[in-house]
Amino acid sequence: MIENKTREKEDEGMASNSRRDFLKKSSVITAIALTPVAAVKASDLKLDERLSEAIEQMSLSIEINGQQYNLKVEPRLTLLDLLRERLKLTGTKKGCDQGQCGACTVHVDGVRTNSCLSLAVMNDGAKVTTIEGLANGHELHPMQEAFIKHDGFQCGYCTPGQIMSAVACIHEGHANSETEIREFMSGNICRCGAYANIVNAIREVKAGGKV
Amino acid sequence: MNNFQYKRVSSPIAAITELAKDPAAKLVAGGTNLIDLMKYGVMSPDKLVDVNHLNFNEIVKQDGSLHIGATVRNAVASANADVLKYQPLLSQAMLSGASPQLRNKATMGGNLLQRTRCGYFYDISAPCNKRQPGSGCGAMGGYNRMHAIFGASSSCIAVNPSDMNVALTALDAVILVTGPKGDRKIPISDFHRLPGTHPELDTTLDRKEIITGIVIPDNAFAANTTYIKVRDRASYAFALISVAVAMELEGTTIKDIRLAMGGVAHKPWRLKEAEQMLKGKQASVENFKMAAELAMKGARAYEHNAFKLKLAPNTMIQALKTASGIKA
Ligand SMILES: Cc1cc2nc3c(=O)[nH]c(=O)nc-3n(C[C@H](O)[C@H](O)[C@H](O)COP(=O)(O)OP(=O)(O)OC[C@H]3O[C@@H](n4cnc5c(N)ncnc54)[C@H](O)[C@@H]3O)c2cc1C
Ligand code: FES
Ligand code: FES
Repeated sequence: MIENKTREKEDEGMASNSRRDFLKKSSVITAIALTPVAAVKASDLKLDERLSEAIEQMSLSIEINGQQYNLKVEPRLTLLDLLRERLKLTGTKKGCDQGQCGACTVHVDGVRTNSCLSLAVMNDGAKVTTIEGLANGHELHPMQEAFIKHDGFQCGYCTPGQIMSAVACIHEGHANSETEIREFMSGNICRCGAYANIVNAIREVKAGGKV
Repeated sequence: MNNFQYKRVSSPIAAITELAKDPAAKLVAGGTNLIDLMKYGVMSPDKLVDVNHLNFNEIVKQDGSLHIGATVRNAVASANADVLKYQPLLSQAMLSGASPQLRNKATMGGNLLQRTRCGYFYDISAPCNKRQPGSGCGAMGGYNRMHAIFGASSSCIAVNPSDMNVALTALDAVILVTGPKGDRKIPISDFHRLPGTHPELDTTLDRKEIITGIVIPDNAFAANTTYIKVRDRASYAFALISVAVAMELEGTTIKDIRLAMGGVAHKPWRLKEAEQMLKGKQASVENFKMAAELAMKGARAYEHNAFKLKLAPNTMIQALKTASGIKA
């Protein structure tokens, strides 16, 4: 909060460069063979931004579609960007990047989540399933089959999110009627308006009892 | 998004220490509001302190009252058997908010502190006293369809966007917090603020305090509660107007009642005068209309939100009818 930051600092007479503070205090400094004095000097020379970039990488251990990854990531990396940009798992889509469309829906420890509003580092130790991990080898997941059969899409951009959400919707027990499906699928927007067919696909999979 | 440090803490003391040490640090729970605001540049903490590993994830029934931990997810709380049995109003209100995916992440503490959805607050190129004190209010003379009709000031007309908070207000919830000076219990009516001359402050929570849980005192409302939310689409949209009703009926007489409105003020808006008027009266459409009229005293609209002056009382009457089971 920019304004509160300013107010607090006036209140408490704090020095304004907390990144420099961080550099002074950080034990990582020694790890990269810089004395604190050198680090302060570096920050005075405005090298701190670049330095902190090198420092502020966090380890992340995460399982994605059954594969274990041990990574170093910046705290600001979202789970969505980790999937798409770092791991090239581009099946998960970025629609709004703001929690407003559901295109980025993945399962984290079996629970559907908007990956765009979740920091990758906050998923340390988690098991993630994306649309790429839903099929069993070459055998499509029943929900994928049903979306094809019922024409549950036009352009297909919202589809990976719709399918991940639909599978969770059934697992949660929220697919018992058309009204309930519509309400519990409302976090996934389809700009093409394929809603009627999406609902039909989910109803069929639910009735089939395999999910 | 600006870069920042990230710290996982496992005790309340550690969290408080981080906040005390760094005035620009912020707690993060589900992240569904804070990360969003950070992407827009509306908030830019230089450190995020992750509260998800504190042990605040239980729902316990204790001496009649219901205790819900701060990091319990909205989806979990809304499906909890005790919540459904004793405080169905809370479940209903939470289920009307956001989307299933978001509710899987959103926590009780984060929801209490979610910030306004005023477009000028979100637009960092626009004036906004809440985001940048002293810069002016963009909404006052701008597009103010979503804005307040009660309790606004000349510096801010934003509304609190939460559905959960409206239900908690009707249920007289108490917010449990802890900080450098120890523990505090804040009644929800004292938790959220009106804007006054300091719209940058949403609540009375100190910057170094953390929310540990919410307590809902025992009541006899469970059979006659309802939350009605009117919005621009059927689901997944913020309230234009919402009304929470909790009443205790004896036959058709209103023995006790709580009323709160959302989408109308900087804080969830409790309707005490209307409650007083209805207490001991018959549950009838005529009485509900009178109560709604009373509730709207002092309402004031801006250029684009005059429709709320009609929508609010109508929603209130409908909610009262639904909660009491009256047909006509
Ligand atoms: C697209 C969209 C639509 C939405 N629609 C609705 C809606 O219709 N109705 C509705 O009510 N809400 C809606 N929401 C808002 C949603 O409910 C909130 O984002 C959510 O409740 C915030 O909880 P969180 O745990 O994710 O909070 P975070 O984003 O993690 O935190 C929010 C704030 O709370 C603080 N905080 C978190 N935990 C604590 C704690 N224990 N102690 C002290 N401070 C703490 C953080 O520092 C931060 O300032 C919507 C959100 C989105 C993105
Ligand atoms: S990209 Fe995440 S909700 Fe739209
Ligand atoms: S198929 Fe095009 S957005 Fe849904």
